[in-house]
Amino acid sequence: MSTATRPIDAFLEQEYTAGFVTEMESDTVPKGLSEDIIRMISARKNEPEFMLEWRLAAYRRWLTMRPPTWAHLRFDPIDFQDIVYYSAPKSKKDGPQSLDEVDPELLRTFDKLGVPLHERARLAGVAVDAVFDSVSVATTFKKELGEHGIIFCAFSEAVHNHPELVRKYLGTVVPPGDNYYAALNSAVFSDGSFVFVPKGVKCPMELSTYFRINARDTGQFERTLIIAEEGASVSYLEGCTAPMRDENQLHAAVVELIALDDAKIKYSTVQNWYPGDKDGIGGIYNFVTKRGDCRGARSHISWTQVETGSAITWKYPSVILRGDDSVGDFHSVALSNHRQQADTGTKMIHMGRNTKSTILSKGISAGRGSNTFRGLVKVTPRAEGARNYTQCDSLLIGDRCAAHTFPTIEVRHPSARVEHEATTSRIGEDQLFYAMQRGISAEDAVSMIVNGFCREVFKELPMEFAVEAQKLLGVSLEGSVG
Amino acid sequence: MIKIHNLHATVDGKAILNGLDLEVADGEVHAIMGPNGSGKSTLAQVLAGRETFEVTEGSVDWDGTDLLALPAEERARAGLFLAFQYPVEIPGVSNAYFLKAAVNAIRRHRGLPEYDAMDFLARVKTEMKAVDMKEEFLYRSVNEGFSGGEKKRNEVLQMALLEPKLAVLDETDSGLDIDALKVVAEGVNRLRSPERSMIVITHYQRLLDYIVPDKVHVLSQGRIVRSGGRELALELEEHGYGWIETQPAAPAAQGGRP
Repeated sequence: MSTATRPIDAFLEQEYTAGFVTEMESDTVPKGLSEDIIRMISARKNEPEFMLEWRLAAYRRWLTMRPPTWAHLRFDPIDFQDIVYYSAPKSKKDGPQSLDEVDPELLRTFDKLGVPLHERARLAGVAVDAVFDSVSVATTFKKELGEHGIIFCAFSEAVHNHPELVRKYLGTVVPPGDNYYAALNSAVFSDGSFVFVPKGVKCPMELSTYFRINARDTGQFERTLIIAEEGASVSYLEGCTAPMRDENQLHAAVVELIALDDAKIKYSTVQNWYPGDKDGIGGIYNFVTKRGDCRGARSHISWTQVETGSAITWKYPSVILRGDDSVGDFHSVALSNHRQQADTGTKMIHMGRNTKSTILSKGISAGRGSNTFRGLVKVTPRAEGARNYTQCDSLLIGDRCAAHTFPTIEVRHPSARVEHEATTSRIGEDQLFYAMQRGISAEDAVSMIVNGFCREVFKELPMEFAVEAQKLLGVSLEGSVG
Repeated sequence: MIKIHNLHATVDGKAILNGLDLEVADGEVHAIMGPNGSGKSTLAQVLAGRETFEVTEGSVDWDGTDLLALPAEERARAGLFLAFQYPVEIPGVSNAYFLKAAVNAIRRHRGLPEYDAMDFLARVKTEMKAVDMKEEFLYRSVNEGFSGGEKKRNEVLQMALLEPKLAVLDETDSGLDIDALKVVAEGVNRLRSPERSMIVITHYQRLLDYIVPDKVHVLSQGRIVRSGGRELALELEEHGYGWIETQPAAPAAQGGRP
């Protein structure tokens, strides 16, 4: 080990702080996947017939599909019969009507994770939907939001209370057969968040969902659907954690965003799933399909993600720029430390005229981590005047990590302007020494340099989450060289 | 008082410093001159604690403390400041944030209250005026896109903010035009005080017209080969570094050991 990396070394070994387990009786279906299991899940959730049919169709489709192999990821094949597809805390029957009915043990769990569902939520002015394993346990500020006509609830609740909206929009952005993991999710998804912001309404507070995997051998398959009608706007944030376990756990989510004319959706993610230990044992396999549809003219969808967790990340939040003059953004910080592997990026599909997209990706590789950016910018023949700007930067910490960039650009209209810039740099020994010569500790120096590298993305996050993201990055980098 | 005794240092196994002796008393300004490759910058980096250099022999006593035993950041907190020959860029980190972090790290160490944002801004703005730096440099990334002169001013600004006991200026004059040189030199002269020692490293005599040293030392092949007063720099200017080699070896007067 060179002397130059010693300060980084000393800094980079820190524990995953969300790794505890909540002891709780749960209502769990048997391991494995079959039509019977799907019927069982649907029955537990008391779903209408159309939902069950939708699930079964997706399942039959999934059976004909194969897992994608094109990603720059290495892992043993997943045994889909060795996973529990539904697990819910037992105390929850038909869903608590208020926070007072929520199991105190669950409230304590979310408190511990820094997501208190009681008072602080009010102070912070952020509405939270808390999802624990397969079910939503609480949603705050429902009433206040309701006064604006905004629906913010658990997905399963939306299926009961707003079936017409679910039927109208579900699967219209990510159809069940879109890819292997999306098909799996469509068959077995258990819960997630549902957001509907009616015409002309600007959502008065941040909405957020906190996902927690707790039970052993359980996968989490949530589904989020956000609809912003004409002229509406909403900012939404999701956070995720899981206990430390030696087995890998699967998380295969689907997120669909729909923005009608002049609507704006801003979707931010701070992903901190358990990444496995420093030798690569355990950790979450995160296979997620996220896609936004700028269905209306002048609509705007913006993805911001800070990805520090998971053993494997396979995730490409994308935007279909269907409406004329619509805008898509993707801002990403992805960190892979120890043995983590991330293959992430975005697709910007320009279909409407004068559509614009921006891609800003910051990949940080440390330890033996591998970080891949994979991007597609597609300009279809109708997309006159389309513009894209892509910037893709990689930062390497130590000498055993890897960074890869796979940009694809397909342009079918001569008026399109597509720019791509990419850089790769290391945390320089000279930068560290400069800061330390000014009295700044090595730890502070590394986190300052990394945060500087990510600044353009962090400034896109809602204020309080930006602070959290900075801290998280400091934690996740611990032990990254050595 | 800093006492450097028989200092040997290598980089990648190559010897750069070969038994360097030097003493600088409190309040004194010593100039170190020497041809390229004589070990001037290595001396600066070794004193500041850069780990790419290995000290193989010798000692550095700084007011009774074994300087070489301290890691770089502790030397800085104890009051050692290095003005870099090539100040480093840190993209995305604002100069204001960096300066405040540095000032507060050092104030903490000295048992002084940390500056809050308002106090810090008031202080830094005053110091910036003295080195003729525009306020916008506070909000730009550390040294990123700064011209050579701007980078050097930023170094002098940091020196003023951090109030060191010992300042080492490594070719602070390199790459500066005469106007910038004057501004930088004035900034340095303002900081001269009976409690503060300075080691001014330079290739050219020119800087010493503006920062008048108490003593001048000539470094060659990793050791001080000649010491003298201000006039030594002028002789060097006249005869060039080749002249040193032809002179009978003189004891490193005042600066060296008996």
